[in-house]
Amino acid sequence: MTGLPYVVTAEGLTKRFGDFTAVDRLDLSIAKGEVVGFIGPNGAGKSTTIRMLCGLLHPSAGRASVAGFDVSRQPEMVRAHIGYMSQKFSLYGDLTCRENLRFFAGIYRVPQREFEERSRFVIEMAGLEGREDALVRTLAGGWKQRLALGCAILHRPPVLFLDEPTSGVEPQARRRFWDLIHRMAAEGVTILVSTHYMDEAEYCNRIALIDAGRLAAVGSPSDLRQRDLGGELFELACAPLGAALEAARQLPGVLEASIFADKLHVLLSDGASAGPELHASLERQQITSDIPRRITPSLEDVFVNLVSKPARRESSR
Amino acid sequence: MSAQRLLAMAFKEALQIWRDPRSLAIALLLPLIQMVLLGYGTSLDIKRVPLCIFDQERSQLSRALAERFVASGWFSAVRDLGSNRAVRDAMDHGTCLAAVTIPVDFSRVFAATGKVSFQTVFDATDANTTNIAIGYAQGVIAQASAEFRTRWAGMNGVSPSPIGTVDYQPRVWFNEGLDSRNFIVPGVVAVILALIGAQLTSLAISREWERGTMEQLISTPVTPLEVMLGKLIPYFLIGAFDAAFCLVTAIFWFQVPFRGDLATLLCATALFTFVVLGIGYMISVWIRSQLGASQVALLLTMTPVTMLSGYTFAIDQMPAPIQAISLLVYARYYVTMLRAVFLKGTGFSDLLLPFGALVLYAGVIAFVAAHAFRKRLA
Repeated sequence: MTGLPYVVTAEGLTKRFGDFTAVDRLDLSIAKGEVVGFIGPNGAGKSTTIRMLCGLLHPSAGRASVAGFDVSRQPEMVRAHIGYMSQKFSLYGDLTCRENLRFFAGIYRVPQREFEERSRFVIEMAGLEGREDALVRTLAGGWKQRLALGCAILHRPPVLFLDEPTSGVEPQARRRFWDLIHRMAAEGVTILVSTHYMDEAEYCNRIALIDAGRLAAVGSPSDLRQRDLGGELFELACAPLGAALEAARQLPGVLEASIFADKLHVLLSDGASAGPELHASLERQQITSDIPRRITPSLEDVFVNLVSKPARRESSR
Repeated sequence: MSAQRLLAMAFKEALQIWRDPRSLAIALLLPLIQMVLLGYGTSLDIKRVPLCIFDQERSQLSRALAERFVASGWFSAVRDLGSNRAVRDAMDHGTCLAAVTIPVDFSRVFAATGKVSFQTVFDATDANTTNIAIGYAQGVIAQASAEFRTRWAGMNGVSPSPIGTVDYQPRVWFNEGLDSRNFIVPGVVAVILALIGAQLTSLAISREWERGTMEQLISTPVTPLEVMLGKLIPYFLIGAFDAAFCLVTAIFWFQVPFRGDLATLLCATALFTFVVLGIGYMISVWIRSQLGASQVALLLTMTPVTMLSGYTFAIDQMPAPIQAISLLVYARYYVTMLRAVFLKGTGFSDLLLPFGALVLYAGVIAFVAAHAFRKRLA
């Protein structure tokens, strides 16, 4: 182990597939016991980054270390110290829960005398009592995910990489899954978890926003919410929403507009003058609307603001 | 290398094979089917060549000649014909492979000169079979002419002259009955093992890729060597079972004489099984779909093993470049050893060359297979 205070570090981490740069000079440091949420749209480079950190893909440039080991030069040492849950379910469907656990315990060289106790813990944690001998392919999504997490933590790794562990899992099961993640973090396990659910981002100590292979922002959820969006955010209820969105985007002073549930969120360069103007011009176009109300941005607003920047830059050219 | 990881890998693989009907069918059903098909279907023996006879004379003597052919057991008379035209038709239709035409003055010429002459015609479409049939006919005629000579000598009151006769009595060793089955069936064992072995392991790695389990597996500290050996252990047990089944069937069902020692046979079989499993494993590492891998395994083993192993076609009769290629066909060494152990009872010390070749093969495959598998995605 080196004397670094961080358990996971990446410096200028880059992955190119031919002409396509999937991950572009990514810098990230994660402290021991921290839960970091990796957030970004599909294809942003979340899985590629996690795979490089697990030693499954060789970085094209830059370096990364996990638990004190270099991912390109000591991938086997890295693998011995991590637990990994891939985005796609990848346990053996034709084996039972217990057989999967026994296999991974063997592969991670969990001592025989500890196996019973640890597998009992995993079965209980995953809520799989009574299903120990069911073939894994017959289980529902939530159980599968929790069993996969169980197989990844059987050997008590100090670092966990979870790639969209809750995708396709029903809300209650997701909630339960996050409780587990926090229980492990409390025991000192360092966790990087990717997700595209905005509500899950709130459960993380810190969030790393990634877009088009680049790290767009890093910070705690409250830090990110207070981030300067480059304008003031307003919310208004209006109908019809689609027409309102189109109209709002055409107006001067509107930096950004997007639909949130049944309302419109609009980023204005100058709220005091642009707010009433927006309302008036919507009304002129036969769109019924409230008076825009100033709000504090949610994480999703920040996220939309950050990831839509390149597109806006593109169009202003 | 960790024994715990190796065992975990082997046990998991065994469970998966047990629950995969496709693997089980290849492992257990295929040897049975192939042993029956190849054991019975591949025979080089030619017996009861269909023969037509056009006897223009119908005398006692001409009938005696015709009977000679049938009595030999090599020919069966399918039809008596009445004209040259009928002979041609019978050959055209494939009714017979050979036709004997006995002239109308057959016994008259014999009585006058002591010599007989008649015609045999062969259909040489299948040159090899016809060659053998001509050999049979020559044997029948040689015997008949000796008898005819004695008969003529008796009729004319002279003693048959032994001058100028060579008394030729060939002895055949190792396969005294000249039964081609004894030669073929040991080769069949090699062919079956080569086909099944490569088929079985061709699924071993591709299954993990296809089902998406590979990503999890390579994120663990398991080493490529542990993956390879762990996966090969259960397949080796299946291969050993299949080999035992084929060998027992060869000895007790097909009654191929077994004259060698069991230890040599088992050593050779174990080595060969490892080689064929290793080849399937290598294919599986390179081709990530199960179907693709099994097709390639079939393609790469079927033709070379059946054509170039010496199982049916003699290697030393092939053109030099083909003979050189056959040196790469691992099955030829096992075929050589099986035949030697079965029929000649050759011991280990006389088989060092084919043993050495297989050991070399096994070493190269183990090295390449262990290094071909990389714990990386894409």
